[in-house]
Amino acid sequence: MLRYTVRRLLGAIPTLLILIALAFFMIRAAPGGPFDAERALLPEIEQNLRAVYHLDEPLYLQFLRYLGGLLQGDFGPSFQYRDFTVTELIMAGFPVSLRIGGLAMLLALAVGVTVGSIAALRQNTRIDYSVMSVSMTGISIPNFVMAPMLVLVFAVYLGWLPAGGLGDGSFANLVLPVISLALPQIAYISRLTRGSMIEVLRSNFIRTARAQGLPERKILLRHALKPALLPVVSYLGPATAAVITGSVVIEQIFSIPGLGRFFVQGALNRDYTLVMGVVVFYGTLIVVFNLLVDLAYAWLDPKVKYA
Amino acid sequence: MSLLTVEKLNVRFATPDGEVHAVKDLGFDLAKGETLGIVGESGSGKSQSVLSLLGLLADNGRAAGTARFENRDLLALAESELREIRGSRISMIFQDPMTSLNPYLTIADQMTQVVREHETVTRQAARERCIEMLEAVRIPEAEARFNRYPHELSGGMRQRVMIASSLLLNPEILIADEPTTALDVTVQAQILDLMRDLNDRYGTAIILITHDLGVVAGLCERVLVMHEGELKERGEVRDIFYRPQHDYTRRLLDAVPRLDEERVEKLAAGAGSGVVPEAGEALLTVDDLKVQFGIPGDGLFAGTRQLRAVDGVSLSLAAGETLGVVGESGCGKSTLARAIVKLVPKSAGRVCLLGREMDALDRETLGEMRRSLQIIFQDPLASLNPRMTVGDIVSEPLWTHRPELDKGSVRQLVTEVLERVGIGGHQLNRYPHEFSGGQCQRIGIARALVLKPRIIICDEPVSALDVSIQAQIVDLLMDLQSDFGLALVFIAHDLAVVRHISHRVMVMYLGTIMEVASREDLYERPAHPYTRALISAVPIPDPDLERSRERELLSGDLPSPLDPPSGCRFRTRCRYAIDRCAAETPKLELLDSTLVACHRADDLRRG
Repeated sequence: MLRYTVRRLLGAIPTLLILIALAFFMIRAAPGGPFDAERALLPEIEQNLRAVYHLDEPLYLQFLRYLGGLLQGDFGPSFQYRDFTVTELIMAGFPVSLRIGGLAMLLALAVGVTVGSIAALRQNTRIDYSVMSVSMTGISIPNFVMAPMLVLVFAVYLGWLPAGGLGDGSFANLVLPVISLALPQIAYISRLTRGSMIEVLRSNFIRTARAQGLPERKILLRHALKPALLPVVSYLGPATAAVITGSVVIEQIFSIPGLGRFFVQGALNRDYTLVMGVVVFYGTLIVVFNLLVDLAYAWLDPKVKYA
Repeated sequence: MSLLTVEKLNVRFATPDGEVHAVKDLGFDLAKGETLGIVGESGSGKSQSVLSLLGLLADNGRAAGTARFENRDLLALAESELREIRGSRISMIFQDPMTSLNPYLTIADQMTQVVREHETVTRQAARERCIEMLEAVRIPEAEARFNRYPHELSGGMRQRVMIASSLLLNPEILIADEPTTALDVTVQAQILDLMRDLNDRYGTAIILITHDLGVVAGLCERVLVMHEGELKERGEVRDIFYRPQHDYTRRLLDAVPRLDEERVEKLAAGAGSGVVPEAGEALLTVDDLKVQFGIPGDGLFAGTRQLRAVDGVSLSLAAGETLGVVGESGCGKSTLARAIVKLVPKSAGRVCLLGREMDALDRETLGEMRRSLQIIFQDPLASLNPRMTVGDIVSEPLWTHRPELDKGSVRQLVTEVLERVGIGGHQLNRYPHEFSGGQCQRIGIARALVLKPRIIICDEPVSALDVSIQAQIVDLLMDLQSDFGLALVFIAHDLAVVRHISHRVMVMYLGTIMEVASREDLYERPAHPYTRALISAVPIPDPDLERSRERELLSGDLPSPLDPPSGCRFRTRCRYAIDRCAAETPKLELLDSTLVACHRADDLRRG
């Protein structure tokens, strides 16, 4: 297990390097620069600014400089938010994003697994069909369509919930963003759970449990749930990536000061270091989370041994 | 007084293709402590009839009739009442102990929940009872194994765990659905022995469902014979075996290849039975073949460990000859087959085909040579591509090896070879799933045969088939051998089938050869203790003989091939082992006309 973890972490280094390189050169290839949006600077001042941020050096040198900074845990200063380093911005935005993303994942798991199991137990009945068609709809509608629709219904027409902003961070402010972020994941997870649950319920060891006189409820909870969850656990890695991507859009729609919003603002302003910082941070997060998912898989399935 | 009376049991399944009547008007009764065998081939309805008694049919199944048990009709009970009976009054064990235990729960979890479901006992008391029961089914180190997961135990151990779980609440009836079919003969003998013993000790009535008449002969007092959902015959076991009334029973008995009977001589002249071929005429020689697999070790800096699946095997095969290869699962017989045809890379040794060493050949010549060496596999359906028609499957080797042929002649060749194996030419455009297991194996044989090979390696070709189908396939192979002078390597774990078809037999254990002898010598005068144990473990479909003969049961399981015993690999399970066996690896040496690797073979033969 330890050997596997070490190997996986070592294997993540080239992945991250490729990610950093792609992100670095892509944002640099984008037209414009960090100081373009403001009213025209005096050439000397701009020259000085560029010198301070080493933007006058050849690109490869800047890249190496950036990598060197990363090795020391330094994401560099933000171009846009003067006086703040990128690290400080990430530390400010991430807790907000984590709260929304984490809640969305928990909601997606709880609802998705329950709904999927119910559909599996009532296979080919009206309940099954309606659950599955609703979840197909959830998968098909993108969240940038779903979120404004939810806002329209629950904030504008019904007036039950605030339309946006974090406010004081109360529950009411979180409901709509969390639900819009969770809906596609609920749909995926319920479909995954349904499929694997149906397969598990047909397996021989479920027949054995029935032949031993166990009631259906115990068969479901003790015998079937764990194996049926394995595909869902595997999906958690991609799901995290999807939720992070989704949060970029959702935070923008609901004007939530999370990391996703920083990312969008940074990209628009050509705030090179901020964009790079968020990419590297989220990239590392996804790599680590995928490793955790694989380790959790081994913990759930006693037959899986990593070496 | 009868414990269970079943009358007019009918089981029907609603399928998209209409209703399937799986069990028709079945009636039988079972007395307290009795052992009843239900015999039939797959599709005979034997399993469905007992599953219906416990309400365990698939969702689309319906059972009608009556089944009286303790003054109640099992078929009329509500689910909750039935649940109280399941696992406690009537319990059941299944064919495949690999999949019938939950792989995600420990043995402890799975066993204690049965006790605690039916009785109010403390966790500790339930635990103690389970461990006691594991000891009663002769699981060594029961307490340590109790906390393991199923995959950490061998197949035989798992079936013991199943039996132990089913006996926890001292049921009146134990239903065993093909309990030994997935196990090696040696382990099968242990499990049957255990069931006999438990029947004596606890007075549990046993319903044994099986296709294997040998198993019935040794264990059951009365027998039902089923065919296509109908009860064909019922009676005392001796009547069924010695005075069968029904045609189907007779056919079933005739189809069983028997270990104690001479081979039906079907081979043409020239393939002199039992004659060890002289050197020089060998089509295939294998010299000191080794196959190793690297298994990654545990821990951060652990190295790779070598699993020696085949460890120094030599053999030769002459035209028209059949060499049988037997041994328990894990002995390396299938790996040997695959290494010979280069499906797995060998680690050392030489394979010579038609007098030319295969390693020395360039790619092109090797490809050409491969025409003469073909293989057929164990699982007939799984080894045919489900997306290809039968015609495509059989013609595929021709496109590769004989590109000069035009479409018409390929079609003609394919039709001819299919007809030769008993598949009509009009079925060319069908897909594998439209055929039965036996027909699929015929198609597999046709695919091997279409290139007119000199040698066919048969890797457990009949293990997945019903007895009567087994006999047909074996007959077909023997016919083909005499028609084309084929040399066969016939790998099987069933010693009776091997006896039926082979001229010479090779016995393997943990990757090495224990004994090679002509068929007569091997079965009449086995030289190696392992061969003796293997032969003794095969049940004979003859009740009197089966119950009276003396057995040399093997204890325990195959040792791990990662860490084989020193010296003679068989010594840990050998009752004749002496100190020398641990110190010195016995060489394969000639004893009379038998090659045997045993320090004591000479003493043992002299008695």
